[in-house]
Amino acid sequence: MKASPIIEMANIDKYFAGNPVLKAVDFQVLPGEIHALMGENGAGKSTLVKILTGIYRRDQGVIKWKNKEVVFKNPKQAEQNGIIVIHQELNIIPHLTVSQNLFLGKDITYGKTGILNKKEMHQRTKRRLYELGVTNIHPNDIAGNLSIGKQQLVEIARALAANAEMIIMDEPTAALTEREIERLFHVIQKLKNQGVSIIYISHRMEEIFDICDRITVLRDGQTIGTKLIADTSFTDIVRMMVGRELGDRFPERVNVPGKVIFEVENISKEDLFENISFSVRKGEILGIAGLMGAGRSEVMEAIFGFSNKDHGAIRINGKLVTIKHPRDAIEAGIGFITEDRKSKGLIMHAPIRENIASANLKAISTYGVIVNSKETLLIEALINRLQIRAISSEQEAKSLSGGNQQKVVLAKWLGINPKILILDEPTRGVDIGAKKEIYKIINELTKSGVAIIMISSELPEILGMSDRIMVMHEGKIATFLDRQEANQERIMAAATGGVRHDSTY
Amino acid sequence: MTQLTRFSLAKIGPLLGLVVITFILGILSDNFFTLDNILNLLRQVSVNALIAFGMTFVILTAGIDLSVGSILALGSALTAGLLTSGMDPLLAVCMGLVIGLILGAVNGIIITKGKVAPFIATLATMTIYRGATLVFTDGKPITGLSDSFLFEMIGKGYVFGIPFPAIVMVIMFFLLYFILQQTVFGRQVYAVGGNEEASTLSGIKADRVKIWVYSLTGMLSVLAGIIITSRLNSAQPTAGSMYELDAIAAVVIGGTSLAGGRGRITGTLIGALIIGVIDNGLNLLHVSSFYQQIVKGVVILLAVLLDRKSP
Ligand SMILES: Nc1ncnc2c1ncn2[C@@H]1O[C@H](COP(=O)(O)OP(=O)(O)OP(=O)(O)O)[C@@H](O)[C@H]1O
Ligand SMILES: [Mg+2]
Repeated sequence: MKASPIIEMANIDKYFAGNPVLKAVDFQVLPGEIHALMGENGAGKSTLVKILTGIYRRDQGVIKWKNKEVVFKNPKQAEQNGIIVIHQELNIIPHLTVSQNLFLGKDITYGKTGILNKKEMHQRTKRRLYELGVTNIHPNDIAGNLSIGKQQLVEIARALAANAEMIIMDEPTAALTEREIERLFHVIQKLKNQGVSIIYISHRMEEIFDICDRITVLRDGQTIGTKLIADTSFTDIVRMMVGRELGDRFPERVNVPGKVIFEVENISKEDLFENISFSVRKGEILGIAGLMGAGRSEVMEAIFGFSNKDHGAIRINGKLVTIKHPRDAIEAGIGFITEDRKSKGLIMHAPIRENIASANLKAISTYGVIVNSKETLLIEALINRLQIRAISSEQEAKSLSGGNQQKVVLAKWLGINPKILILDEPTRGVDIGAKKEIYKIINELTKSGVAIIMISSELPEILGMSDRIMVMHEGKIATFLDRQEANQERIMAAATGGVRHDSTY
Repeated sequence: MTQLTRFSLAKIGPLLGLVVITFILGILSDNFFTLDNILNLLRQVSVNALIAFGMTFVILTAGIDLSVGSILALGSALTAGLLTSGMDPLLAVCMGLVIGLILGAVNGIIITKGKVAPFIATLATMTIYRGATLVFTDGKPITGLSDSFLFEMIGKGYVFGIPFPAIVMVIMFFLLYFILQQTVFGRQVYAVGGNEEASTLSGIKADRVKIWVYSLTGMLSVLAGIIITSRLNSAQPTAGSMYELDAIAAVVIGGTSLAGGRGRITGTLIGALIIGVIDNGLNLLHVSSFYQQIVKGVVILLAVLLDRKSP
């Protein structure tokens, strides 16, 4: 017998500024199933979820929750009915503690006195985190000081604390490491066994096959189909998503790196990283692997002059360079695509144009005056080169789909024509087709001699793209691996502290 | 409603408000639409508008400057001091503007290098600068400044029948509009207010941008002060007190977000005109200044509430 769906969305239309974003979308989830929702960047996944939970109004269509027609006015109402969303863009309040975030709006008090029962909340926070298998987050930690990965876990803990019947996870693993993902999957299985339904949005194919029961694919705002995971395959799903064959996941790399262009010598910063030395050749991709919190981003921020380092030197083409501010780094030819695009990569309410221009002000001006024609030319060229999907270059960054936001950040940095490009999780939240586009762009850059440093928590990406891999563990270099000798096990062993390799390249 | 029409509504909202208020007051008072009154009004508005222009830059960087009134007073007093000591008027005025620049830069440096919140920093300097003014003037007005044509021109003069301060206001408006919309510095102001971390990572020296913004505001405040000083031919130690409120009000009515990164100087000009029209119109109608304050407050609230409706 077929169970009736717990949520049923039929014939949903949605327009933004007159542009159709969802066209007659049908979507159903059964009780207790893990349902994957997939599609390219901008296909409308997040929009569909936001309509379901009342953040956006639908322009047409019917939503049924447990066979009853509903229209939630706001996420709070959806939450009261048992639907919780963990959004793609995190909703942590940065200056509150973990425990305060967890009980936001649901504070536990002593009876009806209104006096907060901090002890109880503290205890429960600890328990929730423990259930998630998280022991390195303290309830009194300030949420904003945690890594994005940890913040993500706090959000998940918050959803669990609300006893939801349906949890929607919009790219929950984008910022998590393999180990944290495993933990999360455990929790998801547990929830499923308790009868909770889960809508799972992700661009990572492996995950879909690991945990999902069924999959619905959206393309350009339309439902392409719903299938049992067991009846489908990787290529099937890709074909549904992009409407054509995509071929190999990673473009072929046949590059021969040139001479050393970038050298980092013994840089250290107390409590964060120690004696980091590495070099990159022209046209080479140096992958940087490690667990969340291994200090990879911190090293890059220090190199780029965004934070200071205690000591150490940086050389470009053998010449010592002093970098005290990102401006110095940019002038030396370094670009840096940060991992957290919301807080460090984009001005969310500014248009695409201004975002791209912000790192290219010199190029589009003469004597400090912006030359509109130069600006338009640069922006159009970059939007085309990266195939950014937007209504126009005046569209606000925050209204772009996650993947397109990432492309805007990329565009901003390609504009400066960097000699050395640091990429921190460059394909986080990017769909499989766009990922390949980004890989192709990275490959093209290396062909023209750009040295690439790429931090990634996705091992397939590290393995598929890097010429050489540096693995970090707790702020130190654990080992260097060549493309030929690298594999998943070796990287994980080094990242978890298995191997130490003290010589430097 | 589509994003496009909403956008333009937010943009013309203040202008619509100005037109409506002007017409209401025009109907209620016979003297409102006389040439004399309009010119008078423009001159009155110019002082607040100049300060508010600077305040727009500050607020765009997500800051605030409470010390503008005190800078106005101190700058005016020092300029008056230079004039009475016999300095060439043109040179004295230039010195006054430089003093404004420096007083503003001090604000900027405290805020960026000292990492003090703009509200607190300028609250402190507001008191300090006012105190310094009282010390310098001994609490008494400085009078008998200069009878040079040039100095008198600034506050009292007319060019082709238009009050000189109004002309200064218009010139500064176009100049600052250009800086904000069309220069690298303008872009940096918006970027820093929109997201300071992202801007810094894009190579923008946020601290430097902020120091310049406060310096500019200091200079514009003294410019406004010199207009008043010239008009009265004396520098008052209490000049400019509470002017920060009208300036902030003009910026807010003009639709600039206190969170930074969003807003336009055109809005500020309209905001300053709205405040000026209300002051002037209610005066003509002999409404007590007590009620005037209530009306102004209501207008500020309405502006902000309407602005919220059209994000
Ligand atoms: N508030 C908005 N205003 C205008 N357009 C919007 C708005 N929100 C979303 N869009 C547009 O709607 C389309 C669908 O966006 P949505 O965020 O739903 O995509 P998505 O499938 O979640 O993509 P991703 O995988 O990149 O997160 C995009 O083209 C986006 O630019
Ligand atoms: Mg999305």
